[in-house]
Order: sequence, then C-alpha cells, then structure tokens
Amino acid sequence: MQLEQAIRSKKAGKEILLMTHIVLGYPSFDTNREVIREMVENGVDCIEMQIPFSEPMADGPVILKANQDSIASGTTIRECLDFGAEMCATYEIPFLYMTYFNVIFKYGEERFLDKARDAGIQGLILPDLPPEEGAPFMAAARQRGLAPIMIFSPTSTDARMRSLADFGGGFVYCTARKGVTGRHSSLDADFANYLNRCRQATDLPLAVGFGIQNRADIEALIGVADMGVVGSQTIKLVDEQGSAAVGRFIRELLGGRRSH
Amino acid sequence: MHTRKYFGTWGGSFIPEALHETFQQLDAAYQQIRNDPAFWEEYLHLMSTYSCRPTPLTYAENLSKHFGGAQIYIKREDLNHTGAHKANNVMGQGLLVKRMGKTRVIAETGAGQHGLATATMAAKFGFDCAVYMGEEDVLRQRPNVFWMEKMGATVIPVKDGSKTLKDAINEAFRDWVTNMDTTHYVFGTACGPAPFPEMVSWLQSIIGKEAAEQILAQHGRLPRRIYACVGGGSNSLGIFQRFLDEDETELVGVEAGGLGLESGLHAARLVGGDASPGIAQGYKTMFLQNSDGQMRDTHSVSAGLDYIGVSPILADLWEKKAVRFEAATDSEVIEALDLTMKKEGIIPALESAHAFVQAFKEAPDLARDDAVIINMSGRGDKDIFTIAHAYGDPSWQQFIISRARQYEK
Repeated sequence: MQLEQAIRSKKAGKEILLMTHIVLGYPSFDTNREVIREMVENGVDCIEMQIPFSEPMADGPVILKANQDSIASGTTIRECLDFGAEMCATYEIPFLYMTYFNVIFKYGEERFLDKARDAGIQGLILPDLPPEEGAPFMAAARQRGLAPIMIFSPTSTDARMRSLADFGGGFVYCTARKGVTGRHSSLDADFANYLNRCRQATDLPLAVGFGIQNRADIEALIGVADMGVVGSQTIKLVDEQGSAAVGRFIRELLGGRRSH
Repeated sequence: MHTRKYFGTWGGSFIPEALHETFQQLDAAYQQIRNDPAFWEEYLHLMSTYSCRPTPLTYAENLSKHFGGAQIYIKREDLNHTGAHKANNVMGQGLLVKRMGKTRVIAETGAGQHGLATATMAAKFGFDCAVYMGEEDVLRQRPNVFWMEKMGATVIPVKDGSKTLKDAINEAFRDWVTNMDTTHYVFGTACGPAPFPEMVSWLQSIIGKEAAEQILAQHGRLPRRIYACVGGGSNSLGIFQRFLDEDETELVGVEAGGLGLESGLHAARLVGGDASPGIAQGYKTMFLQNSDGQMRDTHSVSAGLDYIGVSPILADLWEKKAVRFEAATDSEVIEALDLTMKKEGIIPALESAHAFVQAFKEAPDLARDDAVIINMSGRGDKDIFTIAHAYGDPSWQQFIISRARQYEK
C-alpha cells in the first residue's frame, strides 16, 4: 500500500511525523490553500482534508462549527474534490480525505473512490463507518490504492484492534482518549498502556490524534507512535491569528525542525 | 433470538469505534431482557402502578356522529404518566439501566416529552440525568424544560446546526462517547443504531397489544384502519406492530406536512419526493437532505415531528407498502385539534393531532360498522403557548402581557 510505504520512508529519517487537518471551505478555499502551503513548507508530513458534513457526530465544537460554517457558505462536494486534486498535484506529501460516510454514499461510492484515486488521494478516514458496515467499501478502496484508515479507541479490546487492523491500510489512527475532537488529552500511564496495546495489535504505523495541541504532546509521542495528529488547534489558530501564524506553530510542534 | 440490525436495506449501526464496546454491552443486556419473561412482568407492573397502563381506548361518539362514517376510537397514550407514549420506552430503558448498573442517563428531546419522561425516570430510579434539547425547542417548549429542571435534570440547550432534535441527538452522542462507562443514552425513538430501533419498538408494542384487546371488547372486531403520527416513529410502531399481520386493518402513518409538501417547509420523509436514502445519526433511512448529503432544515408546528429521518423499520414497511403514509399541514392540525376539543373535551398534542387530521379526512367514506383507531400519542396542554399563539387568542395574549409586567417589577 503506497501510503504505508510513504509513511515508513518519511519516518526513517525523523523521530516523529506530523499530520494536520483542515476543514475544506472553512473559512474559505483560499485560506485552505494558504494554510496548506504554510503546513507543507514548514514540514508537515501528511494532511487530512475534511469534506464537511452537517452532522459530524465524532467532532467537538471547533471542527463542528467549521463544518457548519463551510456548508452555510455554500461549499459543495464537487469543489472539495477539485480542491483535493489541486493539492495532490501541487505538493508531494500524502493527502487524505476525512469525512462522514453519508457524503460518499450520496455521491456514489465507486464514483467517489475513482475521483479520489484519479486525484492522487492516498487514504480515507471515516469515523462513522465501522468494518461491519463498510467492509465492501474498504475493499473497493484498497483495490484502488486508497488506504482505509482504521480507528482504534482506548475502549477497543485487544481482539477488536486485531480484527480492525485486518481491514485497514496506511496507518492506524489511535484516538488518544474517549470523546470527540478538540479537548486536551492527558498522555499518562493509561495512555502508554493503551498505545502499547495498539502496537501489539498491528504492524501498521500508529498515528495519535484527539487533543494533541503542543510540542509537549508531540514529544510524549516520540518513541511510542509514528505520527502525531493536530486538528482543532490549527483551526483555532487560523480563526484567531490568520493563516500566516500556521508556519511558526508547525515549526514549534516539530521542535524547530525545518522542511526537507 | 438475535437483534435485527437491518430492516430490508434500512437500519444498521454506523457508530464511532469508541462506542463499539458500549453497543456490544447494550445489545447483550437487551437480549437478556428480551428473552427474560420476568422482565416484561416487571415492566407491566411498573407501568400499571407508576404510569396509567393499560391506557383507555375512548369511543369518540360525538366525532363519529359528526363525520357520519366509521366509529372513531382514540387510544389514550396522553393518560400515561408525563402525558405521552414516551414513558413506555423510557421506563423500560430505566429498568434496563438498573440491570446494567449504570448511574447516569442522557437523552435528546424535541417536544420535550421524551426529556420529561427521562427526567422523571431518573428521579424515580436515582440516576443523574442530562437532557439535550435544541435551543429552538427550548423556546417552543418552556413548560417541559421547567419540569425537567425541577425534577433534577440538567437541560442543555444545543446551539449548533438547526438547533432542533437532530442536533440534540448529535450532542447526546458526543456526551455518550465520552461518558459511556457510567452513562446510558436513553434514545427516545425507534431510530438510531441497532439495537435502538428494535428495542424501542418492542417497549412501545404494549400500545398495540392493549388496543387490540380493547377494540375487540368494545367493537367486537379489529379496526378497519389505525392512524398514528410519525416523527421518529415510536408511537406509530408501538400501535402498528400488533396489527401488521391482520389483513382487515390498514395502517396509516401521518407525517408533518408543515406549510405544505410543495413549500419545502415540512418534515415529510416518506410522503412526497423530498427525502432520499442516507446514513446519519448512526443509521440508514430516508433523510431530508440535499444532493450533497447535507441534512436540510425541517419545519413543523410540532417540535416532536420536526426531524430529518424516520425509523428504519418504518422505511422498510413503507417500501413493502405495509403501511400507508400521508401528511397533515400545520393549519389542518390546528383545525383538527379545535374540533376534537369542542366535540370530545380531549386535547391532543400537536404531534398527535396529525393523526386526527387524516382520520377525519377518511372516516366519512367508511361504513358505520367500521371502526378506526387514532393513536393519541400525547396530550396537548404542554403546547399551550404554541396553540394559544396559533389561535391568536386575545385573552391569552393579555394574560401573558400582564404576567410579564408583574415579573418586570
């Protein structure tokens, strides 16, 4: 799977990778473009682009509001897919789509997967599509070289993690805690034990997200995870200080590391 | 027996991984109560001593004469404790929560009836309780909010999205995904991920079981038609299920036609052509959504029917043509409510009045020895602010103005 290889080869020279997140069309595609440029130029390894949905059940207040504002301003799935293709053509890092399954279901599953593959998208994160419901879709994604990203939670049993891993590709997204996106996570002894369980369950690279907000959080992941994921925090930053503030924030997260 | 996850192509369980284990445990607990005859006995005892079961089947003599056709009977779910059929589901889930050993319950609510029933159950069983309610519904249903708070529940106004029932459901899921260890989500209708559609319908099936016995005792045979309003679908499924295999009984679900199906301002999912298959809030059904899969704003005079989706069980029955669906507009609802109050001294909830509308349209064309049952899912006095406003009643307006002046002092 190409995403897994990309993650592994990037990881070879670094102690930890960084994935960031944007909500497409929020506050505008022009801002998305600037934010992604700042992210890539400052060393982000991978970006998930969220196609907004009106009922984002797994998202906390910051990303929820971004979804709703984007839809209210008229963002369409067609614009999102065109923008995704543009980003893949512009930058070399892997891009993923994150969304809720209804967006894909309504667009047409095969049609969506073809579009995403043709654009050069490398993976899909779908928090409301468990393998019990999505196994055929996940197989169709894998056939096109698109990695279905599995999600582990601290509530997942060891057996459940192993069975999830069989459906996935690219990497596994481990949520640092229960709950929704945005609230800060304490990366304590329970967390270390949980991440150890994740590591035992799969050989895929491990990404950790939900409440990862600063350099200290990222440092806590070094040696136990392959990639940290920062979501709500960048959206808040852009809301408050504009896209120009993103570059410095990314450099801080990466401990001063510069781009390639 | 195992829980049915799919009804035709509808239903399923589209949940975040963090809730996978919770749903496994819930399903196991549901299987236990479903297969334990002692549970149903305990449930019946509770409902006959704490609520008002069996609820009466009232012969509406004056309405029957007025329309000159079928004999009209009204199943009085309004006489449940807390004033609606919602108590049937909630008290049953309360017993389940006791068995599961959880200490906190959360609920979404639209009209406030489900929230009120949940707050009542929590008070009785000693659970902590939080109720999520769209901000718009908090404004529409202030009396229910008042009582929920007085019974010790925390009412949390939801300010996201359309600020109605769907947004309250999303917010309740966000709470649950964080607090599942202590908390059970008392889902209010026959929607959501499995096992909720089946479990809620089962707990509501008590309505139809009673109604069948009662109509046989009073009328001597089964009804020709049964009318029930359809929001999420729990009261309609509650009364319909018992009659699904009865060839002589036609089942009619009535959706919220709002300002008219052609206006776009309604909440009709199965009537008209505005809804399409989709997956949201954990299940697959017919949703009111745009071509990109974004949910639309819905409209109804009744908060309890103002919802984007419908029970997957009803979507299946609709597809199989086992239930006929109609819609009633806001203004038809007020007319039917007015007539029912004047002729029978009964005040249906705005939700329930939708079922009355359709029954009144069809009763004159049926034979006098036919019976129809209207499921009166709840009582209307909770809607006094909305109904009085719709009437434009001058003495009520004067009362509100003078009361407000007293508070301003």
